[in-house]
Amino acid sequence: MSWIADNVALIWEQLREHLYLAIIPVILGLIISVPLGYVATRYSWLANPLIALGGVLYSLPSIALFIVIPAVLGTKVLSTVNIIVALTIYTVALLIRNVIDGLRSVPADVRQSAVAVGYGALHRVIAIDLPIAVPVIFTGLRVVTVANISMVSVGAVIGIGGLGELFTLGFQKDFLTPVVVGVVLSLLLALVADVILVALQRLLTPWARVAAPVGEVA
Amino acid sequence: MWQYLTDSYNWSGNEGIWARIVEHVWYTFAALGLAAVVALPIGLRIGHTRRGAFLAINLGNAARALPSLGLLMIAVLLTDQIGFLPVLIALFALGVPPILASTYAGVSGVDPATIDAARGMGMTGREILTKVEIPIALPLIISGLRSATLQIVSTATIAALVSLGGLGRYVVDGLKLRDFPQMFTGALLVALLAILLDVLFAVIGRITVSEGLKIG
Amino acid sequence: MIEFEDVTKRYPDGTVAVDTLSLRIPSNEITVFVGPSGCGKTTSLRMINRTIERTGGTISIDGEDINGKDAVTLRRGIGYVIQNAGLFPHRTVVDNVATVPKLLGWDKRKAHSTAMELLERVGLDPKLAGRYPAQLSGGQQQRVGVARALAADPAIMLMDEPFSAVDPIVRHQLQEELLRLQRDIGKTIVFVTHDIDEAIKLGDNVAVLQVGGKLAQFAPPAELLANPVDDFVRGFVGQDRGYRALTFVHPDDLPLKPLPEALAVQDGVPVGWRNGSATELLPIGSVFKRGDSLRAALDAVLTSPTGCGVCVDDDGRAIGVVDQATVAEVLRS
Repeated sequence: MSWIADNVALIWEQLREHLYLAIIPVILGLIISVPLGYVATRYSWLANPLIALGGVLYSLPSIALFIVIPAVLGTKVLSTVNIIVALTIYTVALLIRNVIDGLRSVPADVRQSAVAVGYGALHRVIAIDLPIAVPVIFTGLRVVTVANISMVSVGAVIGIGGLGELFTLGFQKDFLTPVVVGVVLSLLLALVADVILVALQRLLTPWARVAAPVGEVA
Repeated sequence: MWQYLTDSYNWSGNEGIWARIVEHVWYTFAALGLAAVVALPIGLRIGHTRRGAFLAINLGNAARALPSLGLLMIAVLLTDQIGFLPVLIALFALGVPPILASTYAGVSGVDPATIDAARGMGMTGREILTKVEIPIALPLIISGLRSATLQIVSTATIAALVSLGGLGRYVVDGLKLRDFPQMFTGALLVALLAILLDVLFAVIGRITVSEGLKIG
Repeated sequence: MIEFEDVTKRYPDGTVAVDTLSLRIPSNEITVFVGPSGCGKTTSLRMINRTIERTGGTISIDGEDINGKDAVTLRRGIGYVIQNAGLFPHRTVVDNVATVPKLLGWDKRKAHSTAMELLERVGLDPKLAGRYPAQLSGGQQQRVGVARALAADPAIMLMDEPFSAVDPIVRHQLQEELLRLQRDIGKTIVFVTHDIDEAIKLGDNVAVLQVGGKLAQFAPPAELLANPVDDFVRGFVGQDRGYRALTFVHPDDLPLKPLPEALAVQDGVPVGWRNGSATELLPIGSVFKRGDSLRAALDAVLTSPTGCGVCVDDDGRAIGVVDQATVAEVLRS
């Protein structure tokens, strides 16, 4: 326990790095997958290949991506860019399906009304389709955020892993405490992130909170 | 970059590429088998009786947040050993939740009207499970096994850090020696293995899942 | 015969779904349980095959208490059709129908051929046998459900709102099919519905239940329409009692008048009414056959543009007309 007190700076440093490495890919992934998903609903032949590709990419073990990407990008292995690119790829791979499913979940009659009212295509997507797609997209967002937070620590194998470095530290010194601290903080981070996302989702979908009217008015 | 992979010397012998591949596959299936043997019956039971659903759902979600490397380290430090045993424990712990959650989701998701019809026409509880619930739940059960396999293959790779064999050895050893071609070999092979296993499950799914469930 | 003696279903929280129900369901006839939501009709039905267990009283089939038998064995001898059919999505249509025979251990080929026969019996194209339920329409799925219930040739069929989930035209077809089937095979059928018209149309006997699971009246439909026993039954049977009751009046001899000049026929089949010097024919409206109820005759008269209802024979050829005056005469008598 004294270890914790002695190493607060280290812990904090790793936590910050961890957060950075986990959140940036989520944001980048979202920025990429939403327009991409929209295009896939516009040109529906794209949808299935994209989802399939995403499936394949997501099945690749993270450590493999952390190593293969430097080879492709020409960056050094020990660079945070690799981690971020790899996790962004994962994020897009998973989210693309949710974005497509979410946009497709907009009822046809809602879409028709929007068109009839006079919404231009892009405006309609932003004002009507996306808000309705939020629940489905957020389901994926929650999964991918938690998964990213968990995967960052794998980077410790090649030397950059946020809280994961506490794991390797503990292992090298045959000392359980740093490992437990790392695991607990990682779990807490995931929990907090999930709670924030749920709150954000509720904020973005006020209509979902209102209970159905009770009884009928004669 | 491709030097290590293409050097035929590296393919032979006890520490050669073939050997490592076989090791890795063995670790994966051992852990998967163990996890499935435990998680499938529990998932089936919870899905059929609907008791304990809380556990099945939340375990699945919570486990996704577990950092696999951390779990490995804890297992190693607690058992005070390195080698396969702690790794197996960690892999098992990572494999159970997805199988349990998906199996539960699959079985409990069977249309209650279908089960009512089955009961009403005189099927015993066991017959309902084997002839109705499991076949209909099969797509989800297989997807749970698939997820678990992915997690296990991935974690078995990084287990090389705790002296395990398998394809992770190339990554870890290569890192130590600053031998990038070796690292790349490990990464590439693991990626290919993962894709291969994923395709295998897809094929199994196609063969075993009834056509009637794929419509619409 | 199925006998209910003081049967009660009380739930642990105190709600009484069925309250000391006593009645005798005759064999080889269709008995309908009808009533508003919460009247216990479905609960009563499901107590017969013990998918719900009664908490009081006895239910016996042909004198034997159903609790004396193992529930699974009991159910394999009773056909069970539910709303939305509950077909097994992972099995083909023919495999669905063959389910109970296979459960009973029949030879596979016999089970299969029986299943194919039944598909024809319920009016399905044999080509559908290899399809999956998801590929069938709602009406087709219901027919498969009925075929499945008939497969092991049970003496009793339980049907729980089987036609409620389909559209009115399909529902009408299915009802007609059931009546036709029943004429051929004469099962003991217990049928649950919330639709009083369906109950009157299908039932040989109708049990009207009220909320709280009490029996209000148990009688053949004509009796129910003519003499509702209290205000609840009267209200439930609804307006137009008198008109609906005409369905059960079959005048021995409705005097027919000869075909008027204005009726246009082609090979004997009526096609329209001539309208003065206009070339367009006026539509026929509905027609009725000899032996049909007075309600059908009245309907023909009402829908005809000339006030004359056309009577046809089995081949559709016009054999006479009936006018408003004649119908009024018969009603008066």
